Amino acid sequence: MTAAGDVVVRLTGITKSFLGVPVLRGVDLELRAGEVHALMGENGAGKSTLLKVLAGVHRPDSGRVEVDGEPVVFATPRDAQAAGIAIIHQEFTLLEHRTVAENVYLGREPVRRGQVDRRKMEADTKGLLDWLGEEGIDPAETVTRLSVAQKQVVEIVKALSTDARVLAMDEPTAALADHEVELLYDLVDRLRARDIAILYVSHRMREVFDLSKRITVLKDGAFVTTALTAELTSDQLVRHMVGRSLDALYPDRATPGELGDVRLALRGAGNARVRGITFELRAGEIVGVAGLQGSGRSAIARAIWGVEPFTTGTLEVDGVTRRITDPRAAVRLGIGYVTEDRKGEGLALRQSIRDNALLVRRAALTGGPGRRKSDLGELLKSVAVVARGEHQEVRYLSGGNQQKVVLAKWLAVGPRVLVVDEPTRGIDVGAKQAVHRLLRELARSGVAILMISSELPELIGMSDRILVVHEGAIAGELPAGAGEEAVMGLATGHGRGEVA
Amino acid sequence: MNAPTTWRPRLADGTAPVLAVLAVLLVALAFAGPAYAEPAGYLALLKRAAPLVLLAIGQYFVIVSGGFDLSVGSLVTAEVVIAARLIEGDDANTVWVIALLLGFGLLVGLVNGLVTTKLLVPSFIVTLGMLLILDGAVFLWTGGAPRGALSPSFRVFGRGGVDLPVLGLLPWSVVILLAVLVAAVLFMRGGTGRTLVAVGDNEDAVRLAGGRVDRLKVLAFALSGLLAALAAILLGGFAGVSAQVGQGLEFRAITAVVLGGVLLGGGRGSVVAAAAGALTLESLFSLLNLLGVAGALESAVQGVIIIAAVAYASLGVTARLKSRAARTPEPARP
Repeated sequence: MTAAGDVVVRLTGITKSFLGVPVLRGVDLELRAGEVHALMGENGAGKSTLLKVLAGVHRPDSGRVEVDGEPVVFATPRDAQAAGIAIIHQEFTLLEHRTVAENVYLGREPVRRGQVDRRKMEADTKGLLDWLGEEGIDPAETVTRLSVAQKQVVEIVKALSTDARVLAMDEPTAALADHEVELLYDLVDRLRARDIAILYVSHRMREVFDLSKRITVLKDGAFVTTALTAELTSDQLVRHMVGRSLDALYPDRATPGELGDVRLALRGAGNARVRGITFELRAGEIVGVAGLQGSGRSAIARAIWGVEPFTTGTLEVDGVTRRITDPRAAVRLGIGYVTEDRKGEGLALRQSIRDNALLVRRAALTGGPGRRKSDLGELLKSVAVVARGEHQEVRYLSGGNQQKVVLAKWLAVGPRVLVVDEPTRGIDVGAKQAVHRLLRELARSGVAILMISSELPELIGMSDRILVVHEGAIAGELPAGAGEEAVMGLATGHGRGEVA
Repeated sequence: MNAPTTWRPRLADGTAPVLAVLAVLLVALAFAGPAYAEPAGYLALLKRAAPLVLLAIGQYFVIVSGGFDLSVGSLVTAEVVIAARLIEGDDANTVWVIALLLGFGLLVGLVNGLVTTKLLVPSFIVTLGMLLILDGAVFLWTGGAPRGALSPSFRVFGRGGVDLPVLGLLPWSVVILLAVLVAAVLFMRGGTGRTLVAVGDNEDAVRLAGGRVDRLKVLAFALSGLLAALAAILLGGFAGVSAQVGQGLEFRAITAVVLGGVLLGGGRGSVVAAAAGALTLESLFSLLNLLGVAGALESAVQGVIIIAAVAYASLGVTARLKSRAARTPEPARP
């Protein structure tokens, strides 16, 4: 058995290219037993590729992988598993209608006299749950009945049941509510105490600083640094990740003269998820909405959008009280909504760029004025979509280009209010800047923009003011350029500036 | 858009293979049978194929929007039986009965669509239920042997034609077929048609874009029902009255659509290809017939075709994805 602090896995000089595009360029990483190692970097920095190299999904083009000091080659994910490496993916891979124990031993059920040995399976699962200090979960319970946090525990137990000594967690808090994040912290502590080496991939500064001993930063596929967390400040970390100062990254904010009439006003609006939401959104401004996952920040957007409408309070568009009960009503009032789930809700992936860009126009505004072909070309040019032609199916586009098509879809109908939820999730740095610029240009042309983002630097860099949502209500409003600490303070309910 | 987009005729994804197969079959027919030595033979083929092509176009609307319509075969039978019973051989009844038949087809389609969208029953089950209901109703009503007769003026649509100066006698069924096909193509090129395909691809995205997803799906079923009624009018005239006239046509139409490269589950495929699929199927059966293959083998052949076409599509998509990923420009071009 390895002792705490020993290097379990060492990656040296890992490179990997896809179709000639380098994704990893000489990355080093050391994972030690009983230690949490954070992996940070912007979207597209190469984190998930590195994770896949570790998991045996991708074979590196060059570089060494060592386990316990011995060089190894993972030809398949099974090899990595055999070496004690387990990955917890962002999306759960559990079968909802089977029991905890059945999930843990999926595909390798213990067999006795030709039958699945249910008793042994449940006993072994119980043993692992107890070892982790999770006595509250019954191995015979159906997974559907578990909370999200409990499901995550089951994922981890599933990984540990293969005798994993290295656990890589990809954005483990992405699906968790606030109080569940605390439970995950406890769980990570217990894993650490049991000498598991943990690779923690996350965008969230606070978690990384709370949990990790060391941080490795990647940028554009290159290794930037590995440092002890205690010796880093969040500013330094951001600079490592971004590689330049934040100010240059974002377009100029709106000047007071650029603000126009109130386009959208909510007064005491609420539904099952949010309550007492009151704010005004003016033409020409970008208002940021911050909040933790599950705080209700997206629920506000979806309520404005009529997916889960407000049931109390009032909503005014251009000074007129409206009831928006479905997306169609919202579109017809000139409200656009860029969903956070680009592939699931934003695009019809098998349709062409053209058909997607015209989707809202055709679906919601039947009988409206027709847009000529040349106009569509102009539109796609203005959002700078890079593609072979407008008949290319959008699923062949990169995430950034897909997001530009989503934006084009709304621009095609000339919205007066645009609600954008996680506008740059999963897209590369260049496309991200293009989207930022585009949003600012839109604001400048008189569109009122409400921007939800879980990436604090983006939110702070883009917003003319920031609304912070906590437990379904607006906890406070911050001016342009507020610090991350102030935002996090309000978002976690600790008041301004109390939490780093 | 960086690449300049010049207009050129474009074949939708998956259209080319079926057109190639169709071309080969048409040539083979000329070698196999003396009837195909002149255009009249092909015109007769087109006439025979017309009902199936109409059914395939209707089925296309439903499949491309993400559903199935299994009820069309029974609907065709029901329509023909109703027509014979109500017309009773009297020309005076032709017009109102035709109107009634079209209305009935539309109604069955509407019911299929509304049950699918409002009661949230998968269309496969709804239309299977409708198939059984129509079958049962026809049997109950006729006691197994349809009564009445079609009028000569009714049968003209399936049998007769319009005399043209150069082309000779152009069958009415071919005229109707071409009119429907042109209308279908124009519809699919328009906003509503494109949105219908998008529904089959990702209905959430369409709903969030402000689209009326349920209404579009109901429209697809209604069109399928209406075209089934039209097919029944042609078939009744062409083949006469029997309680088996529509038997198995639903599967033949689905086979035709799949052969046309339309993706089961929706979201991709062209209506022209679906129509070409129906014509291909009919040509194949004609060829087998000429070659002396027993008619009983038709359904086996159809079974092989449907599996092979779907397998080809599934494997083809994977291969295309790979080759396209390699060609897609990722870094920005100047």
